[in-house]
Amino acid sequence: MRRLVVWAATAAFALAVYLLLTLWSGSWGLWSLSELVVGAVLASIVGVACGGVLWERGGWRMLMPHRWLLLVLYIIPLFWAMARANVDVAWRVITGNIRPGIVRFDPGLKTELARTILANSITLTPGTLTVDVSDHSGAFYVHWINVTDDNPTPEDVCGAFPAWARRIAE
Amino acid sequence: MIAELPFTVAAVVLAGFMFVSVLRLAIGPTAADRAVALDTVNTLVVTTMVLLGAGLGQVVLVDVAIVYALLSFVSTLYIARYLEGGWG
Amino acid sequence: MNALLYALLAVGALFNGLGAVALLRFPDVYTRIHGATKCTTFGSIFSIGAVVLYGFLQGDGAGGTLAVHALIALVFLLLTNPTGSHALARGAYRGGIKPAQAVVDHMEKGKR
Repeated sequence: MRRLVVWAATAAFALAVYLLLTLWSGSWGLWSLSELVVGAVLASIVGVACGGVLWERGGWRMLMPHRWLLLVLYIIPLFWAMARANVDVAWRVITGNIRPGIVRFDPGLKTELARTILANSITLTPGTLTVDVSDHSGAFYVHWINVTDDNPTPEDVCGAFPAWARRIAE
Repeated sequence: MIAELPFTVAAVVLAGFMFVSVLRLAIGPTAADRAVALDTVNTLVVTTMVLLGAGLGQVVLVDVAIVYALLSFVSTLYIARYLEGGWG
Repeated sequence: MNALLYALLAVGALFNGLGAVALLRFPDVYTRIHGATKCTTFGSIFSIGAVVLYGFLQGDGAGGTLAVHALIALVFLLLTNPTGSHALARGAYRGGIKPAQAVVDHMEKGKR
C-alpha cells in the first residue's frame, strides 16, 4: 500500500512536469493524444525507478495542501532577502570590506526536506553560505561574510527562515 | 509588437560577462576556484540560451537550456566530490 | 510594457555582471562562491523573467510555449544553483582549503 502511494505521487509529479513541457502540442486541444500516452508511460517508469529514492520516510506530510500554499507564500520573504543580499554583496564587491568566518549553529530541524529548504535559503540570503550540515545532530556550519558574533543563535544568522522551514516541512 | 533585438543584445552582454568569468577560470590559484568559475559560466550559459531563444524566436534553445542546466548540475556535483578527495 | 521589459533585462545584466566581477575581486574560494552564486541566481530571475513576460505578451501558442519552458528552466536553475554551490563549498573545505582572513572557524575543532 505504501509503495503504491509513493509510486502514484512520484508518477503524478513527473507527469505534471511532462505536461507542462508539452503544453500546446495538440492541434485540437492543449495536448495531442500521443503526448498524453507517452507522458503516462514515462511517468510510470519514473515512479518505479525514483519513488523509493526521492520519498523520505514519513514524507506524507507534504501531501497536505496548506504546506504547498506556504511554500508559494515563502517566495515573498525569500525574494526580499535575496534583493537585500545582492545589494549587500554589491557593496562588499565595491568596498572590499569583509570579515569572514565559519560559524556553527543548530536550528533544530529534523526532516531532510526542512534542512534542504533552510540550507538553500541560507545560501541565497545576505552574507551567508552553507558549508556543511551534520546528518545526525542537524547542526549547520555556515560561512558568514561579516561575523558579528562568535557564537550566534539561528536568528542572528538567518532571521525567520528556520521558522518558515519548520512551518513548511515539519 | 515587441522587438526581439533587446534580448539578443542582453545575450551578447552576458557573453561578455562569461569572458570575465573565464578569466578567473584561467588564473584561479586552486582547483576549487576553477570549479566555482565553471559553475558561474554554466549559469550564465543557461541564461544566455534562454535569452537567445526569445531573441531568435527559437523555443528549441530554451529546451536545450533546461537539459544543459540539469547536466551542468550533475557535473558540478561530481567535481565537488572530486575536490573532497576520494570517491567514497 | 516595453519599458518594463528593458528594465528587467538591464537589471538582470547588471546583477549577472556583478557576479562575474565578484568572482575576480574576492580573496578566497568561499567569498567567491558567495558573490557568484547570489548574484547570478538573482540576475537570472530578472533576465528569464523578462523572457517569460515577453512570451505571455505574445498571447499565442508559440509565445506561451516559450514562457512556460523559460519558467521551467528558471525553476531548475533556482533549485540546482544553491545546491551545487553548497556541494562545491563542502568539497573545498574537506579538500583542505581554509577560509582566508577568517576570524572564527567552528569546523576546525572536533565536529561530526
